[in-house]
Amino acid sequence: MIKTLIKKDAYFDSVMLMQAASVLRSMPGIGESTVIMATRENKGIIKSSGLLTPEIQAAGDNDLAIAVSAETIAAAEAAFAAAEALLDKKPAADPSGDRKAAGLDDAVKTLEGANLAVISVAGRFAGGLAAECLEKDLNVLLFSDNVSVETEVALKKQAQKKGLLVMGPDCGTAIINGAPIAFANSVRRGSVGVVGASGTGLQEVTTLISNAGAGISQAIGTGGRDVKLEVGALTFIQALRMLAEDPGTGVILLVSKPPHPSILKKITAEIKKIRKPVVAVFLGGEIKEKIKDNFYPAKTLEEAAFKAACLAKGQAVGKAKEIIYDINLMAAESARKESAKKKKSRFLRGLFSGGTFVSEAQVILPELVGEVRSNAPLDKRLKLKNSLQLSGHAVIDLGEDEFTVGRPHPMIDFSLRNKLIVAEASKPEVSVLLLDLVLGYGANLHPLEDIMPAIVEAFILNKELSIVASVTGTETDPQARFKVVKALEAAGVLVMPSNAGACRLAGEIVMLADKKR
Amino acid sequence: MKLFESELKVINIGLESFRQGLNDTGVKNVQVQFKPPLSQEAGLFARASKYSARIQKANAKALERILAAKPALVGMGIALDVIPGMKKNLILHAGPPVKWADMCGPMRGGIMAALMYEGLAKDPLEAEKLAASGKIKYEPCHEHSAVGPMAGIISASMPVFIVKNEAHGNYAYATQNEGLGKVLRYGAYSPEVIERLRWMEKVLYPTLKDAIEFLGKIDLKSMVAQALHMGDEVHNRNRAGTSLFYRAIAPAVINTSRDPGTAAKVLEFINGNDHFFLNLSMALSKASLDAARDVKDSSVVVVMARNGTEFGVQLAGTGGRWFTGPAPVPDALYFPGYTKADANPDIGDSAITETNSLGGFAIAAAPAIVQFVGGTAADAVSYTLAMYEITAGENNIYKIPYLNFRGTPTGIDVIKVAKSGILPFIDTGVAHKKAGIGQVGAGVLSAPPEPFVKAFEHFARNMK
Repeated sequence: MIKTLIKKDAYFDSVMLMQAASVLRSMPGIGESTVIMATRENKGIIKSSGLLTPEIQAAGDNDLAIAVSAETIAAAEAAFAAAEALLDKKPAADPSGDRKAAGLDDAVKTLEGANLAVISVAGRFAGGLAAECLEKDLNVLLFSDNVSVETEVALKKQAQKKGLLVMGPDCGTAIINGAPIAFANSVRRGSVGVVGASGTGLQEVTTLISNAGAGISQAIGTGGRDVKLEVGALTFIQALRMLAEDPGTGVILLVSKPPHPSILKKITAEIKKIRKPVVAVFLGGEIKEKIKDNFYPAKTLEEAAFKAACLAKGQAVGKAKEIIYDINLMAAESARKESAKKKKSRFLRGLFSGGTFVSEAQVILPELVGEVRSNAPLDKRLKLKNSLQLSGHAVIDLGEDEFTVGRPHPMIDFSLRNKLIVAEASKPEVSVLLLDLVLGYGANLHPLEDIMPAIVEAFILNKELSIVASVTGTETDPQARFKVVKALEAAGVLVMPSNAGACRLAGEIVMLADKKR
Repeated sequence: MKLFESELKVINIGLESFRQGLNDTGVKNVQVQFKPPLSQEAGLFARASKYSARIQKANAKALERILAAKPALVGMGIALDVIPGMKKNLILHAGPPVKWADMCGPMRGGIMAALMYEGLAKDPLEAEKLAASGKIKYEPCHEHSAVGPMAGIISASMPVFIVKNEAHGNYAYATQNEGLGKVLRYGAYSPEVIERLRWMEKVLYPTLKDAIEFLGKIDLKSMVAQALHMGDEVHNRNRAGTSLFYRAIAPAVINTSRDPGTAAKVLEFINGNDHFFLNLSMALSKASLDAARDVKDSSVVVVMARNGTEFGVQLAGTGGRWFTGPAPVPDALYFPGYTKADANPDIGDSAITETNSLGGFAIAAAPAIVQFVGGTAADAVSYTLAMYEITAGENNIYKIPYLNFRGTPTGIDVIKVAKSGILPFIDTGVAHKKAGIGQVGAGVLSAPPEPFVKAFEHFARNMK
């Protein structure tokens, strides 16, 4: 039976609601559940989960809808009680007198000299809120997605008139003046300034640079759509100029998927004006043109990060190749050991929480294993027909909208990927699982507790299986990288220092196994 | 002002978990309690912002009139003689208009008490019959320059205070407060209730009337300003206000009263009723806000009032039109033996104090009543601070010591309410839903969204 509870004029942020929904799903006697604001769009989501009742249909945008499919009325009531308890939970009062501001005016008065607003409310409210922040002379990091491209352009133009920066929409990562914002890691401060149109890309390069002993001056996220034709790299170019002028920045690093060709022209024109060395990685679209003397294109995030780190440390750029070579030696050793496992199976499956890693995997893997399919393919012909039915070698991005509707991002909530780890491991054709684990602020704070059961089960189900993972993070992240690495290795996972390294290792294991056959 | 060269200070709106990275790195930050806008009509917000210059100018004018008000108690009289439009068969009530059939228990009880007090009915049965017969007319106090707490009943022979806004020349009227226990304003109609009303008419009223005449007038505004510094917010706590009034009136009562016994009884009555000042703070608020009526293009709220069934709002720029929605039941601290199930939905004109930047808007000045907020003094401060988000300005006379004598949030702007989703905060007494039982608790509530959404949408749609 389907039971519904409507709470009038209640507003909660979606992450809280999704967490509540997942708790309900885990309760005895409950099948599907939803805890969601009853907006028109959300009603569509509720409908597709089969829980749309006339009560929810009649509820309004500001009403909270809780619905469960339950075996008994008692189970439904227990679920409702649990949901209310979860949502009523008030944060413990801060003894230091930490007070929440009632609104933007209050916040600006409370925190004198505020200069950055981080906005992560539902997309339909985010644009208006960002505009108000700009009016109050605040720079904006817009984490929210579902903001229209027209709004994005208008906000960015409004900001530039006032000399303010708008990062996003859909900007997941930034490091400003040493402070990690949203999904970001605890990295050393240093002289590398990064501009990134991809959040995971920013996390990967900033942690690799930090772990390599260099540091970050600033890392500015632009939001993925910024480098598309409609937006015209407004933020990307602005950020580039800011870093060019910033006395704390000695080396500039650019990270993006390939921009629109006309936009790339604009960006390269800008790079030419800069005296500082510039390293750039446009995943899947390496710049071949010789832009200027101290311009260093890179094919992977790893290569870009190490080149920037070398430049920052005053070393020759060529040193980057040596570092990668050393990582490869490590990979080759692991691959040899791994090939001792008898392998009848042959396919590689990559299950990623970071979208940029899926792009990077598609840059690296084809040279080693041939065609790789994806739900987010660099080459459209290789698009998976069904994102959950993997065939051949395949890598999927679990952060794509198709997977994140109604649930938190896979960097926070591992449940979907855990299911897929077990499901893929149980297929006889699967030889290697390739995973990413992203640490840092904003991400899952208990990654081991959450992923380990799935990994253990995967190894039990498939005796021939190899699992290769990269762990993006630093020792000073709240999860502490070494703890995670140690535990994964103890469980039999091959852990590499970078996603590129993990991709190469995974590819080589497949290659070696193929040769043996 | 360059971002990279300044100390980073972050306003976080949305996911609270994002503060961890900031706290760990020692970055100063503040979390905003985000609420979605009340109205879903984005076009109307755009319309309001298109005319924003004109609206702001009008609101500044309305605010100026509220701030400039000089309400003083200038005399007393009988309702029929002094309240404009008062008639023998007319009963005034709290809140927006309501028919007998739709009235809540306490309001019905109050009307029955008034009919018996007027001698129009000899017992409750007869009173109820007459009340429903159509021979008695009902109109809101607010439509007659008057205000009344709880049921807010004013009938023809009731004595009323006369408050004059000396800056604008308008008047406001309110009855004398009956005290606690079984009282008409909570819908009680037993013989003792009627008896007390008669005493108030025959003894209290003439004595006070003479005393006020002797004094000429009493400046209520400075009295409220002082009361705020003494722990009142003059809605739910009037102990300081009542004491100040007592100090002002006592010598005059003694000077003018017929005999010492009467003087003593009158002064004891005032002294024994901490809420005696409430009706004066309400009349002062009404006199101040009525001055801001009919300011074209102003989105400032001039009335918030409840009739126990509906909550109603009027704006400076929309004339006598009421915007209403169902009245909520307050969250309250209940007297022993009562629960929320006994409570009547919110009732009374006393929210005129909040409309006038007092009451819940000034609760940071009244730490002694925060147990009704179910929390700490810090909560009370938060409630007041939140109200600055929805007001057009700050008061020049009413000030809060704890906030460094910041003026109370004044002039509720319905556009800000609709946009921020922050609803006016009201602290109030709670009536039993059955007539005649009286007060069952005191507590706080946020005004319901519906009247504000309707008011905003009507206002914005008609801007041209």
